[in-house]
Amino acid sequence: MKRFSFLELAKNAFNAHQNWGRQWRAPEPKAEYDIVIVGAGGHGLATAYYLAKEHGMKNIAVIEKGWLGGGNTGRNTTIVRSNYLWEESAALYNHAVNLWQGLSTDLNYNVMYSARGVMMLAHTVHDIQVFKRHIHANRLAGVQNEWLSPEAAKDYCPPLNIEKNIRYPVMGAALQRVGGTARHDAVAWGYARAADDMGVDIIQNCAVTGIRRGIDGAVEGVETAKGFIKAKKVGVVAAGHTSVLMDMVGVRMPLESNPLQALVSEPVKPAFPCVVMSNTIHAYISQSDKGELVIGAGTDQFVSYSQTGGIHITTHTIDAICELFPMFRRMRMLRNWGGIVDNTPDRSPIIGKTPVPGLFVNCGWGTGGFKATPGSGHVFAHTIAKDEPHPINAPFTLDRFRTGRLIDEAAAAAVAH
Amino acid sequence: MLLIHCPYCGVERPETEFACRGEAHIIRPADPSTQTDEQWAEFLYLRENPKGLYAERWRHIHGCGRFFNAVRETVSDKFVKVYKAGEPKPDLEALAKEMSA
Repeated sequence: MKRFSFLELAKNAFNAHQNWGRQWRAPEPKAEYDIVIVGAGGHGLATAYYLAKEHGMKNIAVIEKGWLGGGNTGRNTTIVRSNYLWEESAALYNHAVNLWQGLSTDLNYNVMYSARGVMMLAHTVHDIQVFKRHIHANRLAGVQNEWLSPEAAKDYCPPLNIEKNIRYPVMGAALQRVGGTARHDAVAWGYARAADDMGVDIIQNCAVTGIRRGIDGAVEGVETAKGFIKAKKVGVVAAGHTSVLMDMVGVRMPLESNPLQALVSEPVKPAFPCVVMSNTIHAYISQSDKGELVIGAGTDQFVSYSQTGGIHITTHTIDAICELFPMFRRMRMLRNWGGIVDNTPDRSPIIGKTPVPGLFVNCGWGTGGFKATPGSGHVFAHTIAKDEPHPINAPFTLDRFRTGRLIDEAAAAAVAH
Repeated sequence: MLLIHCPYCGVERPETEFACRGEAHIIRPADPSTQTDEQWAEFLYLRENPKGLYAERWRHIHGCGRFFNAVRETVSDKFVKVYKAGEPKPDLEALAKEMSA
């Protein structure tokens, strides 16, 4: 791998940037791997990267049905934050935020992490109570979060309308200053390039069609479009398609897959300094470095794998954006799209072992998985390598739905369900 | 937005009049005190979530207000069948074969 540096950039400038070379190989699958990761999204690639980097595993493949980073990794609204309520979640998401801080250096790839602040708006007395509870819980757990008056919120984000005459006036806001955005594609590419450099085979356009088990019940490998691939351990990191993959080994999951939509506007000059979210009237918005407004809408109410969503869901969000930010009323939207998110009943992820020996699962990130990408990959790699969970993901078992130790984050999820 | 046929009203209406209430034909255990933790997890949380035909409950919440069931294909979102609450679950495999034929 050619390391990116100022010197390298200067050298390549002399030959019109023609000799940068491929960022990762396109290998044919080997007959056997120690570990096969199913799904080359951010979480899957991060898992492979940390397996190679921190656990010395060399014989790893990441198998992907489409192209890497082409699912929810390339479809989300790129928000990073860790202001979740419970200690278990705060530890998990804060682990990710800590890794985000040094990720560009670690990967030698600019993931454009920008801690521009995430502000969550309160519009009702109930919102104020819930957010203040979150702030207190966060501060006790060592997670940054603070309360702003409507005026302070407007100072932080000048386009915000805090007039009292709108349908849901802004009554205050919770601000997490270390929250922000990162470039989603760059995260996938950075992990792919760094993992590939350590010998991880990333096999794209190769759908997994079955998971084979031996007579002892343990995983033997995966059936794919390119034939059978033997594997000692298999990690499923397939987001919305987790239920479909786990069904291949007869494991029923507490998941429902729904389309979640996002949209972007035409690009404009920098006008929007932070990320603003409103759970109550359902809008979240930030401005990308290209200048587009990136807007997140809600999920459809029914199970679907369509990767599109109802137009009434996006118009509902646009209504809220127009009321909160009147200056955007005449903006034109360029594209909208949907991704399939896997929601758990308690809106917390499942990261750990399954009833099938050698089979691991990392799923249930629902509407907010992007922010956790580095942390998720890091603890999942530990779980696979050591055959036991990292202390941070120990509470996030599949078994919690049997024991009843749920981690209820319905109020912290950005999308109202 | 989906167009949904309400079997009680006998009309096709936009999705915004309806609320989806998840997987159909999940029956609450008759004798809860005898259930194991596994059975409770199954009843409360485990869902089919198929990529294909799915039987689910809908409620015509802004219309007649009644619950009914529907079979829908979860990739195209097309409704294959709607039927009143209390009617037996259709044979989804047979329906899938019929559709592919």
